[in-house]
Amino acid sequence: MSMKLYSSLTKKYIMSLAGLFLLMFLLVHLTINLLLLFDDSGGLFNVAAHFMGTNPIIQAFQWVLFGGFAIHMLIGVILQIQNWMARPKRYNKRAISEESYFSKFMIHTGIIIFIFLVIHLTDFFVKKIGGVVPEITGGELAGMENMGILVVEKFKNGGYVLFYVTVFLILGFHLDHAFQSAFQSLGLNNNKYTPFIKWLSHFIAIVISIGFITIPVCIYFFK
Amino acid sequence: MKVKLKIWRQENAKAKGSFQTYNFDEVSPEMSFLEMLDAFNTKLITEGKEPVAFDHDCREGICGSCAMYINGHPHGPVSGITTCHLSMRMFKDGETITVEPWRAKAFPVIKDLIIDRTAFDKIQLAGGFISSNVGSAPEAHSMPVIKKNADDAFDAAICIGCGACVAACKNASAMLFVSAKVSQFALLPQGKVEAKERVQKMVAKMDDLGFGNCTNTYACEAECPKEISVTNIARMNREFLCAKVS
Repeated sequence: MSMKLYSSLTKKYIMSLAGLFLLMFLLVHLTINLLLLFDDSGGLFNVAAHFMGTNPIIQAFQWVLFGGFAIHMLIGVILQIQNWMARPKRYNKRAISEESYFSKFMIHTGIIIFIFLVIHLTDFFVKKIGGVVPEITGGELAGMENMGILVVEKFKNGGYVLFYVTVFLILGFHLDHAFQSAFQSLGLNNNKYTPFIKWLSHFIAIVISIGFITIPVCIYFFK
Repeated sequence: MKVKLKIWRQENAKAKGSFQTYNFDEVSPEMSFLEMLDAFNTKLITEGKEPVAFDHDCREGICGSCAMYINGHPHGPVSGITTCHLSMRMFKDGETITVEPWRAKAFPVIKDLIIDRTAFDKIQLAGGFISSNVGSAPEAHSMPVIKKNADDAFDAAICIGCGACVAACKNASAMLFVSAKVSQFALLPQGKVEAKERVQKMVAKMDDLGFGNCTNTYACEAECPKEISVTNIARMNREFLCAKVS
């Protein structure tokens, strides 16, 4: 994709729409993960994981999701390179302006999330595709892949839990700016609704971040 | 009062440039920042040294010439004013004041603190006008304009094109300036005729000139001496999107 192929504004529209789409994915993923906390046997989670892994519509949509990630990351990197190029010489002294604080670190938080994504896909998705996930041996769900046990094993490792918690705090910082920024980029700024959207942006960031963090913390300490 | 001035000195556009630090003891708290620089330059000339080159014109906050990045802020640390309105009483006795030119690829330094803002003129020339001859001011009732639109258009039109938005933005983006110029026309009947063409041409020119992209940090709004709102940027985003899809 040429850096000049799309205007700066078009790139921002694509970035925003891809980001909002990825946010929907996060909410679905969080809902499924939370099933682990409401069912000690892990059965609910395994059924949901099995559905997501076998339903043809979800399977087709999976490629749309990969596309969404790829576009969001690619355009994010292009925009960042252009932004760095726009100021070849930096200031000697720069004070803090009243600005959206986390917006300064979107590329940095984004890179950390990308690294986590690679590790996460290697840990779960690749194992699932490779067929190395243990099967459930007894009961109604016999023969189904036991994704739940894979997750619980991971979250019994203190180092992994710490890494996971750190990454999801960073994801929260990323989302705190991202959600309201997407609305601004799409031109949806309004004196009446923008304060609510900004509040919602903080709320979504906290819900997703704390929601994902709760799962490994509960498994590590209480299961 | 006494101040230590750390000023960017650059002989010409091609020279490398560096910071020079000077002690200046003859400062009155009643002086404006530009008056202080005038007095400092008189001192330099008396000593046979090259005075500091800086832009200035109206000295009443409406021309936008006095572009300087002072102690990490465009137009200095006080919000809502230009450098010419900045008073020396805002600084402490003995304080080190760092003065830099705007830093952006699209605003090259000409000499010392003077930068070339032709890029803004080029953006204006790309579409920041109306082509039709609208004559003199019409009778008010012949062209109804919603009060809010008139107010918003006026609030956008007070942009003085100083470039503080570009200077403040971490991406050196000109979105606040361009959006103010787009908005002042887009909100009024005379400007609507060419609205679609205008926004596309101005954005294309802005991109061509090497300004950065907007990442919605809102530093531009916080540092703008005329307090232009980022709602103008959202309006431009809407205008551009509608122009592209319709």
